[in-house]
Amino acid sequence: MLKKLRFAVQVLFTILTNGYLYGFLNGKIYQGNLKYTCVPGLNCYSCPGAVASCPMGALQALLNRQGVHIPFGALGFFFLFGSLLGRFVCGWLCPFGLVQELMHKIPVFRKRKTLPFHSVLKYGKYLVLILLAGVGSLFLFDGFAKVPAFCKYLCPSGTLLGALPLMAANEALRSQAGGLFFWKAGVLLFLLLLSVKVYRPFCQYLCPLGAVYGWFNRFSLVQIHWEKESCTACGLCQRACPADLSKEEISRSPECIRCGRCVEACPQKCLHFSVKSPDTPKKASSQILHKE
Amino acid sequence: MNFWKHFRERSWLWGMLAGILFLIIGASTGQLSLIWRKAVMICLECIGIG
Repeated sequence: MLKKLRFAVQVLFTILTNGYLYGFLNGKIYQGNLKYTCVPGLNCYSCPGAVASCPMGALQALLNRQGVHIPFGALGFFFLFGSLLGRFVCGWLCPFGLVQELMHKIPVFRKRKTLPFHSVLKYGKYLVLILLAGVGSLFLFDGFAKVPAFCKYLCPSGTLLGALPLMAANEALRSQAGGLFFWKAGVLLFLLLLSVKVYRPFCQYLCPLGAVYGWFNRFSLVQIHWEKESCTACGLCQRACPADLSKEEISRSPECIRCGRCVEACPQKCLHFSVKSPDTPKKASSQILHKE
Repeated sequence: MNFWKHFRERSWLWGMLAGILFLIIGASTGQLSLIWRKAVMICLECIGIG
């Protein structure tokens, strides 16, 4: 039930935030006022269908200005979405997360939750955030202009949602594709193929937006509440968790994307979605979703 | 102690209010307009030809 609900939300949100059909047909992008705002997930604003901006693209656009300024516009969206949802955004509202999950459903290879050296590699996303999205966007120049380093060299969402549909419909853009495009297409292809074997590798190891929202996981409004008293420590939740988190780590860990698999797997119904901090007493909790 | 407990329990609220404050500052300093200007033109770097 919860699994189907999440899939429906993922698909609907992706369609809703990329619903500018005219753009797909003509190889152009939406230019309306909704682009003053950002969507919560990683969704390239150069996608022909995108009706709002990408928060990571917005951060880099602000860092690309002359001089050093605090990027309040992007931080505002991070704090707003992060405080309310944490990495629920990754699990339920990110189009590229949905694409990776669809790839993971392809029934080839023996599936893996994580890569070897997961405990070290999971910090890769913080490196990408600091070095590419942060320092790279501040100090990397192409001629006299600063470059959005994460978008330019790594972002697979830009290639999948932006480059491919635009180039398919726009001959002029197609003729300009060079080495950089093939590098980015290679990154995308590698991540998509890896997704068939490993659960959401980009989200687990490289996504700077996941690194930002992970920081909010501990205190965001939407949580997965664990009732310690009724838990029998059967371990089914950890077995179901795609990030292999224990019952103590679920919801609080920066790796938890609130996918709800633990909620569905718990036979004692001691895990459920709630809209309060897991630090506060159970009786005050206001549940928004509960396992059937 | 009680103050810190309540503060921690409502930390999502402080985070949300900080987000709204940042957005107001961002809008008043023209940062949201800059995001819009970037977002309404095809970002050549994003699609790998810039």
